[in-house]
Amino acid sequence: MPKRIVSSLQGIGHRTLEGIWRLGRATRFFLLVLMKSATSLRRFGLVIRELYYVGVLSLIIIVVSGLFVGMVLGLQGYETLQKYGSETAVGTLVALSLVRELGPVVAALLFASRAGSAITAEIGLMKATEQLTAMGMMAVDPVARVVAPRFWAGVISMPLLAAIFSVMGVFGGYLVAVIFIGVDEGSFWSQMQSNVDFRIDILNGFIKSCFFGVAVTAIAVFEGYDSPPTAEGVSGATTRTVVTSSLAILGLDFILTAFMFRGL
Amino acid sequence: MQRATLDLWVGLFVMTGIGALMVLSLKVGNLNTYGVADSYVIQGNFENIGGLKIRAPVKSAGVVVGRVTAIQFSTQTYDAVVTMNIDSRFQFPKDTFASILTAGLLGEQYIGLAAGGDEGMLKEGDTIMKTNSAMVLEEMIGRFLFDKASEDNAF
Repeated sequence: MPKRIVSSLQGIGHRTLEGIWRLGRATRFFLLVLMKSATSLRRFGLVIRELYYVGVLSLIIIVVSGLFVGMVLGLQGYETLQKYGSETAVGTLVALSLVRELGPVVAALLFASRAGSAITAEIGLMKATEQLTAMGMMAVDPVARVVAPRFWAGVISMPLLAAIFSVMGVFGGYLVAVIFIGVDEGSFWSQMQSNVDFRIDILNGFIKSCFFGVAVTAIAVFEGYDSPPTAEGVSGATTRTVVTSSLAILGLDFILTAFMFRGL
Repeated sequence: MQRATLDLWVGLFVMTGIGALMVLSLKVGNLNTYGVADSYVIQGNFENIGGLKIRAPVKSAGVVVGRVTAIQFSTQTYDAVVTMNIDSRFQFPKDTFASILTAGLLGEQYIGLAAGGDEGMLKEGDTIMKTNSAMVLEEMIGRFLFDKASEDNAF
């Protein structure tokens, strides 16, 4: 009996140590990527190539889901607001919830599962098939050649995708509230414009999406680079990317919101 | 994929993203109402501000002429000190009357300025002398009941 207690305690300790180890490795890897970024930013063609795979190919899912999220917000907001006779405020509701929260967060969650997982799988597979080692043999730094361009492509495309998501959402809300239901168009826009502040709402939403972009891509490239070079290892790393970055997005969102809107 | 088409798509993507940011700031947000015009700061002491919030509009004749930038509490007069930013295009006489009004029955509260007849104009840092507090529904009901009770006693 004492033996089992000891071994389970050892297990807990082992896992904690392993987690701290990985966190340290991740931080060191993140700094390494930042240091090697200068070389890959000078060869911007590499970043553009990755922007295509990370950004352009994520566009469809972002546009479609933004439209539907906005339409649902318009419907639900209208149902509740019309009870209080203030259905014209539906524009404010849709725009504020999208620009402040849903735009950055949902776009980042979609981005993590669409692009983050792809980055991890690609880098992990390159490692498993020893392409990264081969690059090293040819004196090509794999971090500068493979990892940094993907990282920067993700960091650049995340705020743009979040902005596109928000605009599509506002358009969806407009479609439902003004075109289908018949809320007055003038008050829809004017209420929205008088209540959405550039600095407090839009700029803060933009800053949020930049943070999410760094977090998601940093996690994705690290998980790929750190994955065990087996088929199982790559699949596990891909899963971990989606889980960890989703949790990181939601946690970061809480911290950023607390700082931005409560002035803590 | 060909290099040129790839560049084209990425360019389109970046342009769409920046366009979306522009739409957000101009059409959805109120960047265009952040006039380039200068503004000046005036203050007003109110006995009770009710539910007035920072960034509430300051209106005159229903037109937005400025915004509330700060609300403090003064321990000297036990009043609320409301700081307002007024667009420099709009000058108000020294004896302007400031009152806290409500948009609709339960709507947001704003400051209404009613111009007086003084020759001198309010300048940066001036304090409005004549103010009218916010209507607090509970106080009004209380006063009404009190009046009603004293009326009944008279008979």
